[in-house]
Amino acid sequence: MTALTHLTMAEALDGLAKKEFTAVELTEAHVRAVEAVRPFNIFITETPDAALSMAKASDERRAKGSAGPMDGLPIAVKDLFCTKGVATTAGSHILDGFKPEYESTVTSQLWRDGAVMLGKVNLDEFAMGSATITAHQGETVSPWSPGAPGAWDRKIVAGGSSGGSAAAIAARAALGATGTDTGGSIRQPAGYTGTVGIKPTYGRCSRWGIVAYASSLDQAGPMTRTVEDAAIMLRSMCGFDPKDSTSVDMPVPDFRAALTGDIRGLRVGIPKEYRVEGLSSEIAALWDQGIAWLKEAGAVPVEISLPHTKYALAAYYIIAPAEASSNLARYDGVRYGLRVEGGNLKEMYENTRGAGFGKEVQRRILIGTYVLSAGYYDAYYNKARQVRTRIKWDFDEAFKSCDVILTPTAPSTPFAIGEKMDDPVQMYLIDVYTVPVNLAGLPAMSVPAGLGADGLPLGLQLIGRPFDEETLLRVGQVVEKAANFTAVPPFVA
Amino acid sequence: MSLDKATVAKIAHLARIKVPDEELESLAGELSQILTFVEQLNEVDTKDVPPMTSVAAQKLRRRKDEVTDGGYAAQVLSNGPETAEGFFVVPKVVE
Repeated sequence: MTALTHLTMAEALDGLAKKEFTAVELTEAHVRAVEAVRPFNIFITETPDAALSMAKASDERRAKGSAGPMDGLPIAVKDLFCTKGVATTAGSHILDGFKPEYESTVTSQLWRDGAVMLGKVNLDEFAMGSATITAHQGETVSPWSPGAPGAWDRKIVAGGSSGGSAAAIAARAALGATGTDTGGSIRQPAGYTGTVGIKPTYGRCSRWGIVAYASSLDQAGPMTRTVEDAAIMLRSMCGFDPKDSTSVDMPVPDFRAALTGDIRGLRVGIPKEYRVEGLSSEIAALWDQGIAWLKEAGAVPVEISLPHTKYALAAYYIIAPAEASSNLARYDGVRYGLRVEGGNLKEMYENTRGAGFGKEVQRRILIGTYVLSAGYYDAYYNKARQVRTRIKWDFDEAFKSCDVILTPTAPSTPFAIGEKMDDPVQMYLIDVYTVPVNLAGLPAMSVPAGLGADGLPLGLQLIGRPFDEETLLRVGQVVEKAANFTAVPPFVA
Repeated sequence: MSLDKATVAKIAHLARIKVPDEELESLAGELSQILTFVEQLNEVDTKDVPPMTSVAAQKLRRRKDEVTDGGYAAQVLSNGPETAEGFFVVPKVVE
């Protein structure tokens, strides 16, 4: 039998149903795996006791015949989701000691459906980053790094900001994990670690109880090792929530039922503007391979144009910091987290926020404050929102002639910790293919498609129409099958 | 667009973030780099284009203006760095 930590969610559900093993056994194996991955700094908080008692309760439910759709499946939670009574840090010093008194809607739905929490995983501070290297708790190392843990020459990044989630799954320390995606933070780490990640349509998953970064862009989504598992987990995460004013009141489909493998006649858009400068030749080749796979399965590639693609990053780096500067105003040393005293209230605010926020977070708050300040609001913030409208229009127009869009997930292969760090703009360019999707509020996913010459994973991205996650998943599984990605990282727990 | 040290100090003050003087110079450089990068937006014709206010094609829901939740001051205060008698405590404010 396959080691319990190497099962997919679908296989684990099957094994649990057939009583081949119990949820407690499955969880115990994962708790050991969580300990084994400590050198990678993936988990910020491990919750083995909670995991085992949740697993025990799961076994009892199953014995009574009332098992939920994810019953007994051990998962990791990005440390951006508030979890009742369990420290929630957002990777920031400023949330020191914060233990939420409430549970985020998304995680509460996962527990409702029987999932088991292994712990909280690392991220870029406040989800601002593309490499999981900016957290106060330190950087996460990808299990794809060559060499023995602790004796690495090059520590490869797991991507970000949901890098802990991606690394946990790739290292076989969790069957799945929650992520959040504001500009690519689910899809890019999934691409970098050979895992599957979906950013659903804006409004599909409740944002309630998730630490906010840029509210008009943030969406939660599942990260798993297979497309089928993503379909299972997505169903539990989605759903209308009156506590989130942008949550959409729509029925949640059985996403797994959409995985028919039949994509005959489907029109696959290939955006010509995505052949950007800096796109590596092996990724361009993989993209062509992806087009060929879909063609073999009966789909019809169509060239499309998204003319404002090149402006997406610039618009994002105004809109996201503007919203962040407002959202992060709440960290003031009064209601939760860190307080650094000062001579008066204003000094206390300044000392707390100066000490509590890391460099990248401070940069983004300052940019946001600047572009929203009197005299610059129209020139920067309003201009960016107008460009955002044009980017959305581009997609509306493109979807008149195609049903789904295929692109690479990132323009380059995973890099090592220490690289690309001098120039913030260089780091931002990694998100060139993922950011437009958030600006347009569309669903998208990354599917592992191959390995680069350096032996590191490469992903392909699919972008769908609003609320058409089903087509996305169906096409995603066709890519997954054709790519037959069976590579495992040099280290697995 | 290039920001000088004084402007960065002013923004930092508006954002209530203490930035040590010796870091203002490098921060000004980094922020200027980002502002230069975003200036390319001026190439886009946005005449008569409405600024996006909502990405989802839906209106914000309304609900009755009534209390639906609350009544747990202890939980609200439980994470406060300093609290007393049902209040958050802050340094004395005298203007």
